[in-house]
Amino acid sequence: MDPFTVHTGIAAPLLRANIDTDLIIPKQFLKTLVRSGLGRNLFHEIRYDNAGAERPDFVLNQAPYRQASILLAGPNFGCGSSREHAPWALKDFGIRAILAPGFADIFFNNCFANGLLPVVLPMEAIEALSEAADPLTVDLPAQQVRGGGLCYGFDIEAARKAVLLEGLDEIKRTEANLQDIAAYEARRQKEAPWLEIHRS
Amino acid sequence: MNPRTLYDKIWDEHLVATRTDGTSLLYIDRHLVHEVTSPQAFEGLREAKRALRRPQAILSVADHNVPTLDREKGIADETCRLQVEALERNVQAYGVPYLPLLDERQGIVHVVGPEQGFTLPGTTIVCGDSHTSTHGAFGALAFGIGTSEVEHVMATQTLPQRKSQNLRVRFEGALPPGLGAKDLALTLIGRIGTAGGTGSVIEFTGAAVRALSMEGRMTLCNMSIEAGARSGLIAPDETTFAYLKGRPLAPQEAVWEQALAHWHTLASDEGARFDAEVSIDVTGLAPQVTWGTSPQWVTDIGGRVPDPEAAASAEDRQAIQRALDYMGLKPGTRIADIPLEAVFIGSCTNGRIEDLREAAAVARGRKVASGIRALVVPGSGLVKRQAEAEGLDRIFLEAGFEWRQPGCSMCLGMNDDRLAEGVRCASTSNRNFEGRQGRGSRTHLVSPAMAAAAAVTGHFTDVRQLMEA
Ligand code: SF4
Repeated sequence: MDPFTVHTGIAAPLLRANIDTDLIIPKQFLKTLVRSGLGRNLFHEIRYDNAGAERPDFVLNQAPYRQASILLAGPNFGCGSSREHAPWALKDFGIRAILAPGFADIFFNNCFANGLLPVVLPMEAIEALSEAADPLTVDLPAQQVRGGGLCYGFDIEAARKAVLLEGLDEIKRTEANLQDIAAYEARRQKEAPWLEIHRS
Repeated sequence: MNPRTLYDKIWDEHLVATRTDGTSLLYIDRHLVHEVTSPQAFEGLREAKRALRRPQAILSVADHNVPTLDREKGIADETCRLQVEALERNVQAYGVPYLPLLDERQGIVHVVGPEQGFTLPGTTIVCGDSHTSTHGAFGALAFGIGTSEVEHVMATQTLPQRKSQNLRVRFEGALPPGLGAKDLALTLIGRIGTAGGTGSVIEFTGAAVRALSMEGRMTLCNMSIEAGARSGLIAPDETTFAYLKGRPLAPQEAVWEQALAHWHTLASDEGARFDAEVSIDVTGLAPQVTWGTSPQWVTDIGGRVPDPEAAASAEDRQAIQRALDYMGLKPGTRIADIPLEAVFIGSCTNGRIEDLREAAAVARGRKVASGIRALVVPGSGLVKRQAEAEGLDRIFLEAGFEWRQPGCSMCLGMNDDRLAEGVRCASTSNRNFEGRQGRGSRTHLVSPAMAAAAAVTGHFTDVRQLMEA
C-alpha cells in the first residue's frame, strides 16, 4: 500500500451531509472483479447526465477541481453500504484525503486499507477551508491541515497513523500473531465445541 | 468482575491478543461471502500466495446479481454472470462451502445464514456487506466489513478491531396491531439520525423487543447500520433457541445442551454500564413511511411532507429541499395522498416468511391498484417453498403481484429488477438513497404490511384500516 505522509493538492468542496457509498459509486460498477479503474465512475449519478455527458454544475467537472486530490465533505460521509469500491473509486480518481466532520464506521476503516486519509474536522473548519479555495496541505506527521492562511490540527489514533505513514500491510501485521491465533483456536475447540461446523 | 454488557462479553470471549499499538485482534467465528465484495479478496490471497485459513467457517452464496425470473436458463447479463462465475471458481479453488444458484437453500446471505443455523448466539460474524448487523438478532456480534478485511479474515480468521461504545435502545410498551419491527427501526432512525449510532454497538431491549419473533428481531438489527451502528444486538432467549433448534448447521444433541447452557449467560449484567441510552415508548406509534432520500427522513402515515422553510438550519433547509426535489414531493403533502407506481416486497430486511405472511394477509382477496407494478421476492428458496406451502404465492398472484425467485433484486437493482427514472416505489428494503433502486428512482421505506396496503390502494394507506376487525 502507498504510504501517506504529507500531501498538497486542490481541495474540492462537496459539503452535502450523508453522502452515501451508493452515491460515491453506484451499483452498476460493483460488478467489477478488480480494484482499479473506478475513478471515472466516481459520483456517477451526480457527475454525468442520462446521456453520459458531464453535468457542468458538479464540482469535479469544474476547473480546477478536476485535478482535486482532497475532498471537503459534510457530516456522516460514506454512510450506507460497506462497498470498498467507494474508497477504490476515490483513490482511482486521485483523491488522497477526505476532510469531513464525521465518517461512517465501515467507510472510515476501508480508507486506511487503501492509503486514503479521512480527517475529522469541525464543520466550521471545513467551511472556512472551502472558502479559502486554495490548495491545501494535509500533513499527517504533524497532524495538521494548512492552506489559505488557515491551520487546523486533527486527531488520529496512533495505530492508524502508523499504518498510513508506513504503508503497512495489515495481514502481514496480523501474521505476527499466528501463534496466538492457533492457541486461541485450540482453547476454543475445547471450551466451545458447539462452534465446530458439521456439514453433512 | 465488573458487570458487563452483552457486547463486552462477546468481545472478551473473542480477544486473541491485545497489540502494542492498542488495537485488539478479534477472532471471527463465521464468515458469510457473496459475489460482489469477494472477488478482489480471493485475488489478494492468490497474489500473496496465502492460504485460506478456515474454509469451513465460511458460508458462500450468490445473491446480489442473480436473476429472479427463469434462472434455470442461466444469467443473461454478462457482467452479472461473470461475477457469479468468479465466485464459483474461487470457492472451488479454496474449498469453500457454497450454495449454488439452483439449490433450494440459495438466497440473500442474511436470510440464509440464520435459516441454516450458521448464525449462532455469542459468535462473531462478518460479511463484506453492511447488513451483516442482521445476525445480531441472535445475540451474535455481527458486522459488515470491506473487501480488504474480507481478505484479512480469509487469511487469518481474525480482524484488528477497536472497541465500540455501548448504546442501549429500549422499546417499551406493546406495539399496536398492524405495526412491526420495521416501524420500530424507522422510528429509532428518525429519532437519532443516520449517524446517531456511529461508533456504537446497539443493544435492543425492552418489552416490545422481547415480544418480537426472530424475523422481527432480524428486521430490527438489520436496520442498525441505517442508524450508523455497525452492529445491533438482542440477547438470546427462548424465542432464539426455539428458532435454532434442529437447523442443519446448529449444534445437535449433547453439544446443543452445552451450547444452550452457555447461551443462557449471554445477557447484559445487571448494572452494566452503557455509554448512552435511548428509550422509546411504542404504545402510540403509527406505521412509518420515509419521505426523503435518507432513512432518517421519516414520519408516520398520518404525517405530511415537511416544509424546508421550517428547518432548523440553512444546511438542513438545503438538504431537505434537495431531497424533495429528487423525490418529486411538495411540502405539506399528506403522506396518505402520495400516489405510487411500484411496490417491492423483499430484501434482507423484510424478505422472510413472516414478512410475506403479513403482506399476504393484506393482499388476500384484494387487487393491486391499476398502474402499479408490485413485486414479491422471497429472501431465500426455503422462504419461497414455505410461502408456497402456505398458499401465499396464490394470494399474491391472484391479487396481481409478481412472484419471483429469491435474491436481493430491487433492493439495489444489480440484476434486471430496477425502477425506471422518476418511478415512485413503496419498498420494504432498507435504503432510500438517491438512485438506490435505479437511476432517478424514488423509494419510500415501509413495512411489508404497509407495502401491501399501498399496492392494493395505489397510495400510502394506514394498513390498520384494511385489517379485519
Ligand atoms: S437485500 Fe439489499 S441490503 Fe440486503 S444484502 Fe441484498 S442488496 Fe444488500
